Amino acid sequence: MAVQSNLKNMALVLFTVCFVCSALLAGVYAVTAEPIANTNAAILAASINQVLPEGGELSEAQSAEVEGNTYEYYVSTKDGKPFAYAVKSTTVGFGGPLVLMVGITSDGIIYGTSVLSHAETPGLGAKCTTDEAFIGQWMNFNPIEKKLAVKKDGGDVDAITASTITSRAYTLAVENAVKVYKSIKAEEE
Amino acid sequence: MSKLQLFTKGILKENPTFVLLLGMCPTLATTTSAVNGLSMGLATLFVLVLSNMAISAIAPYVPDKVHIPVYIVVIATFVTVLQFVMQAYVPGIYATLGLFIPLIVVNCIVLGRAEAFANKNGILDSALDGLGIGVGFTLSLTVLGIVREILGGGSVFGWKFISGDGMLAFVMAPGAFLCLGYLMVLFNKIAKK
Repeated sequence: MAVQSNLKNMALVLFTVCFVCSALLAGVYAVTAEPIANTNAAILAASINQVLPEGGELSEAQSAEVEGNTYEYYVSTKDGKPFAYAVKSTTVGFGGPLVLMVGITSDGIIYGTSVLSHAETPGLGAKCTTDEAFIGQWMNFNPIEKKLAVKKDGGDVDAITASTITSRAYTLAVENAVKVYKSIKAEEE
Repeated sequence: MSKLQLFTKGILKENPTFVLLLGMCPTLATTTSAVNGLSMGLATLFVLVLSNMAISAIAPYVPDKVHIPVYIVVIATFVTVLQFVMQAYVPGIYATLGLFIPLIVVNCIVLGRAEAFANKNGILDSALDGLGIGVGFTLSLTVLGIVREILGGGSVFGWKFISGDGMLAFVMAPGAFLCLGYLMVLFNKIAKK
């Protein structure tokens, strides 16, 4: 090595390298911040549209506190009345946080669900995003008539084959969303 | 060593996965499907080429005692750049690879090449070395991904040709070790000839 390892050289080199790297990162961040925000907003909007009936006007994000947890939700209004709610609900799945968007109409029936992010095992729990039978059962699921628990636990939800833990987490997320819906309803009245 | 050999040694003689056995963590974790393996390989390739070039350029000016922290800062910078870019333009792949992108910083292949090659050689040679090792890593991960996807899900690059579930064990960690082991034997048997 050509450069001597004395204090002055080391401090100078470390400072210069860190300075240049921070400047580079700041530059890249400035360029990509907007596309990242747009992408995330588009993903969120797509998931909300997927779980809510058409024709409503969507509100800004609002928050509700239920059993010590804070949930983010969006209200869709039609003719001045709220007619559906999209609740963002997070539980812990098999591989990490499982984040769902749950759409509930104003009469308390689940309109649809979609997965915002998950860390489930590919080929097993990850099927919660593709398994049509599993996703399909949430369409028009009535939490008043049916029990929100997987069949193994005595409920009415068909679990994904070999992925009971993921199915349980998914069901719990829906159940929490229903609780949020109830608390919103209670406040409105 | 000729320029061509600099490039090809990373693919065969010094293949990072099957011969040097480096970077096992992303190898085993991200090769659940061919697409994931390929994406992880390309992400590492990107960081490897840029960090090799940058480190070969600054190496003569870096005092010996602080060379590791300096290299890590350089590598971490490129990884973060990659993370921003992926998040902005390929959110789908970013969501799948998630955690493993920041972990490229501590991938021993990247720091290994900086220590073993880039700090003693010119920028062009270092770029070729990074490209070779990166392509070798990408090919290994893609092959491993293809094998695991066929056995575990009956599909290749998402194109399903066998209906049903396949042997799920191959998508999970034990299957990764099994596939890696057999591919390693196969690779070394062919490469030795």
